[in-house]
Amino acid sequence: MIFTHGLHLRAVLMQALRTFFIGRGYLEVETPLRIPGLAPEAYIVPLTSEGWFLQTSPELCMKRLLAAGIPKIFQLCKCFRKGERGDRHLPEFTMLEWYAAKSDYRDLMAECEALLRYLAAAMGKAGVLEWQGRRIDLGAEWERITVAEAFRCYAPCTVEEALAQDRFDEMLVEYVEPHLGMATPTFLCDYPAALGALARLSPVDVTVAERFELYVAGLELANGFSELVDPVEQRTRFLAEQEAIRLQGRDPGPMPEVFLDGLFTMPPAAGIALGVDRLVMLFAGADNIDQVVAFTPEGL
Amino acid sequence: MYSASEFRKGLKVQIDGEPYIMTDFSFSKPGKGQALYRARLRNMITGNAFEKTFRSNDKLEKAALEERTMQYLYSQGEEYVFMDNVSFEQLEISKAQLGDAINFLIDNMDVEVLQYNGRPIGVTLPNFVNLKVTQSDPWVKGDTSGSDSKPVTVETGYVVQVPPFIEEGDKLQIDTRTGAYVTRVKE
Repeated sequence: MIFTHGLHLRAVLMQALRTFFIGRGYLEVETPLRIPGLAPEAYIVPLTSEGWFLQTSPELCMKRLLAAGIPKIFQLCKCFRKGERGDRHLPEFTMLEWYAAKSDYRDLMAECEALLRYLAAAMGKAGVLEWQGRRIDLGAEWERITVAEAFRCYAPCTVEEALAQDRFDEMLVEYVEPHLGMATPTFLCDYPAALGALARLSPVDVTVAERFELYVAGLELANGFSELVDPVEQRTRFLAEQEAIRLQGRDPGPMPEVFLDGLFTMPPAAGIALGVDRLVMLFAGADNIDQVVAFTPEGL
Repeated sequence: MYSASEFRKGLKVQIDGEPYIMTDFSFSKPGKGQALYRARLRNMITGNAFEKTFRSNDKLEKAALEERTMQYLYSQGEEYVFMDNVSFEQLEISKAQLGDAINFLIDNMDVEVLQYNGRPIGVTLPNFVNLKVTQSDPWVKGDTSGSDSKPVTVETGYVVQVPPFIEEGDKLQIDTRTGAYVTRVKE
């Protein structure tokens, strides 16, 4: 079934997103969907196309644009991730990514707040979002909680124990996520260092990465971080991810050498990826991602 | 064997030699984390159910069940009566064992009756069935309650979400695996 309400709302939201970023001096860019190599990530499986890959994120190409000297960029594009299908997942989905030079993850969090408040006003829902029986106050100060604190508050074990038992994701989904973004949106911050392959480590605590996830009403909306711009360290992290992929019996593909070369000229920066379909879900009151796209893979 | 990525509602699997049906299934994947497949499984003989989270590399065995094409005749209280089209033999399956399938059964429909050690324990329906709308409220234009669908009741008593143009007496194609409306069928 095609839900026309979701499609109308989606179109208005896309325009509002563009207006917001253009107004803040961001340049809209387009980078190729089909690329010869990806940032290796242990749990993101790409689709292949004639020996190349469909992008799982525009991250590498966009960072190369930053390294080439464009300070603020954004992109609205399709991304592809094999096997991801559920109420909140489509194997082909729409991503918003934006990157800003001379910024860090705190600046991004502030910009997320400004973005959602702007969109709510543009959609005639100033101040408050209502989703699945929840009222989320966008105007109040948004909650910021570290991963370690969140585990202490909500999970039956510490984050260190969850990692040691290889149960971090189960614990996060089962015990932590249901509490996030309920009164105000929540930034879940400072992920364990091992869980931010492209993020800079915190200068005050090297056991955590300057990475956050934004949650609204338990729905994970965006993932942002202070970018790692050290090419030597980045190569070491990529090698570790590639090894993890090999252990799963998959081919990690080639090392993204051109990207690593580009890091030598990349300024300090921060970048974020936001799931546009989920953003539409929030504004449309939809509890299933199928209600905010024209067609699902099964409907074709 | 079914790998976790093939899991879905209605899948029939074998655990410790006994047949189970997946009555609920959800996919989740926290940012950059592992894919998690949460399933609720019901023992097709005892009715006992449990929940379990699986990972990408987990697999479940396919249930070893005999299938036999039979016609649904009628229901009598909690029992549903089916007939073998060749031998005319009749047998009963309980409402509890049929589960969601009762939402889509209409008289004289052919289904696959599942048997375990010669005992009937459930049915497999055709993927799509056509059901008539018996009750539908008019849709109020301009209703902005969130989505542009409305509930209607079909001849089996099942309530399904449909687009606003559907009216009483229309025939709908429904996907029995998801329970969702597919399209309006012309007669």
